[in-house]
Amino acid sequence: MNSAATAAAPGSLARTAGLREAGAESRTVAAPGPAPLWSERIGIRPRHLVVLAAALLYPFIASPFFTYQIGAQSLALGLIALSLTFLGGYGGMVSLAQMTVAGFAGYGVAIFGTSSFAAISLGWPWWLACAVSVLLATVFAAAVGWLSVRTEGIYTIMITLAVGVAFFYLAQQNYTVFNGFQGFSKIGAPELFGIDWKEPVPFYFVALGCALAGYFLVKHLVRAPFGIALQGIRDNPRRMESLGYHVTAHRVAAYAVAGLLAAVGGVLMVWYNGRISPGTINLAQMIAILIVAVLGGMRHPIGAFVGAIVYVLLQNFAIDLFVRERFNLVIGGVFLAIVLFSPDGLLGLWAIVRSRLLQPELSNQKRRQL
Amino acid sequence: MRLTRKQAALWLLFAGPIAVFSVWAVVDNAPLYFKTLLNGLTLASLYFLVASGFTLVFGLMRNVNLAHGSLYLLGAYVGWIVGENTGSWLLAVAAGFLSAAVVGLLLQVTIFRFMEGQDLRQTLVTIGISIVLADLMLWGFGGEIYTFDPPKWIYGSTELPLVEKFPTYRLFVLLAAIVIGIGLWSFLAKTRVGMMIRAGVDDKKMLAASGVNVQLVFAVTFAIGAGLAGLAGVVGGTALSISPGEDTRYLLASLVVVIVGGMGSVVGASIGALLIGLAEQFGLAYAPTYSVVFTFVIMFVALAFRPRGIMGKAG
Repeated sequence: MNSAATAAAPGSLARTAGLREAGAESRTVAAPGPAPLWSERIGIRPRHLVVLAAALLYPFIASPFFTYQIGAQSLALGLIALSLTFLGGYGGMVSLAQMTVAGFAGYGVAIFGTSSFAAISLGWPWWLACAVSVLLATVFAAAVGWLSVRTEGIYTIMITLAVGVAFFYLAQQNYTVFNGFQGFSKIGAPELFGIDWKEPVPFYFVALGCALAGYFLVKHLVRAPFGIALQGIRDNPRRMESLGYHVTAHRVAAYAVAGLLAAVGGVLMVWYNGRISPGTINLAQMIAILIVAVLGGMRHPIGAFVGAIVYVLLQNFAIDLFVRERFNLVIGGVFLAIVLFSPDGLLGLWAIVRSRLLQPELSNQKRRQL
Repeated sequence: MRLTRKQAALWLLFAGPIAVFSVWAVVDNAPLYFKTLLNGLTLASLYFLVASGFTLVFGLMRNVNLAHGSLYLLGAYVGWIVGENTGSWLLAVAAGFLSAAVVGLLLQVTIFRFMEGQDLRQTLVTIGISIVLADLMLWGFGGEIYTFDPPKWIYGSTELPLVEKFPTYRLFVLLAAIVIGIGLWSFLAKTRVGMMIRAGVDDKKMLAASGVNVQLVFAVTFAIGAGLAGLAGVVGGTALSISPGEDTRYLLASLVVVIVGGMGSVVGASIGALLIGLAEQFGLAYAPTYSVVFTFVIMFVALAFRPRGIMGKAG
């Protein structure tokens, strides 16, 4: 417990646990004594290397279906969910509009770039279209944030929900810009350096690159002064305010960062699907992002990707195991069970299992303390 | 009451354009204008019926019940079954109210009671419940559109000055909403239970300390709130129709209505419902592409000037 924010804001029990994790990591960074290895200094552990190696080797072992439909989709979905993990887990603001931000960027790619609907698409080069859409989506996210941080806590979820559904209806009813119900199709990653990035393996690596960048950005941010201040604001905004922090500015900035992540995820998503329509950003999809983030656990950025993998696997295979077409029942039931019995998601379950297996006495002690 | 200069300026800013539009619209096509006005009022009545339960539950329990739309749809379906089997529309309305109230009561007693004070978790649970309920109802009732037959005495159309013909049933909805609104208001303002609910909205701990069984008050409120959603399901299903997806629509409507009107206030819900219902209908009649945007603009303006809604209390 050596971070400034922890000292300043004890906060609620559930929340300090999230902080403790961040605090523990910053301790390894700042540990005095003999000079640590470079790998330890930037916080790389053996398990990180194992996961990285597995992620890199995966497309060469798996079939194209598993590489593209499961692997790449999980990474894109995980990146969007990561934005919610950052916002909710570290900022304490659960926004339902993250899919809307992603969809905003996706629509941007379709409108500025090329698509099947040439009357609307402006046909800009792909890098310009992507850059402008991601930028605009980030600004949009900051605006949504500014609107919702005027109120607090549970209001956030309602306002972001209303914003998201309003955008959905706008996209569905407007034909001059969003091409209404139909949306856009034939959107894909470009061909570059002689490689068609639409192909499963290249696209997987594009998605993996973006996901890793997003993951390390979040890992870095939550240990940077900005992230620590954000966690302090999550735990006790009033105290942070009296310490001289600009609470609203920090929150809006968190929305912008999350918006950037979601926007990149949105571009990946639209490249993955090859098309975007109001169905991509409807209420079910907005809630799916929340399900993914909560399923994995919002305490740690990796939770978003764990949740995404489970979600995508369920989506592809659960319907075969159970009753066909009852995917929503399955995923809703799983979500309900997680929320009711393990509020920290699968990571929370894993932590419980691990502590019981490795240190039975310690966990007993902890339980007694609680 | 004297207006300050700032208030006067605000009124001028918002009421001015609306007045100019109204004059133009009446001169241009009076029947269309008044018909849209009545349609807007009907829609506002429906929104009020759904949103008043939502706001009541939130005000007392801080529980954002995102399954409120599912309760609307559930009430509508159960009401439809009862109506089909008995042939009585009034029984269908009663069944809609009772079924949703019972489900709401069960949710409160078996789940929400155990997570008091955990706002976010409660909200997540309601999201899960709404997904499961929506899929179960889709399973049971399929994707078809169901319609009700209202009784003869409110069927057909009525001659009205200015609008020529207008469906009698919609006038009935308007009347019913006003009656229920006044009933709800007098229940909250005049009765003992209503007093307890209001006291609970203001200070839950103090109410418990003065010897009231707060859990009972919670259960009653939740049942009434859920029941109103179910009742609105049958009433609204008769005015329009019931099909999967209506739950989302009415959930969004209640959300916007209570955000604009102020959480926890029944009066706020009625003001919010009026604004949103009228904006939606006028939007549909005069600028079909952007009708949703009007709703959004109202929400934006309300939040920018009064972050807690028009009738919301600070703190």
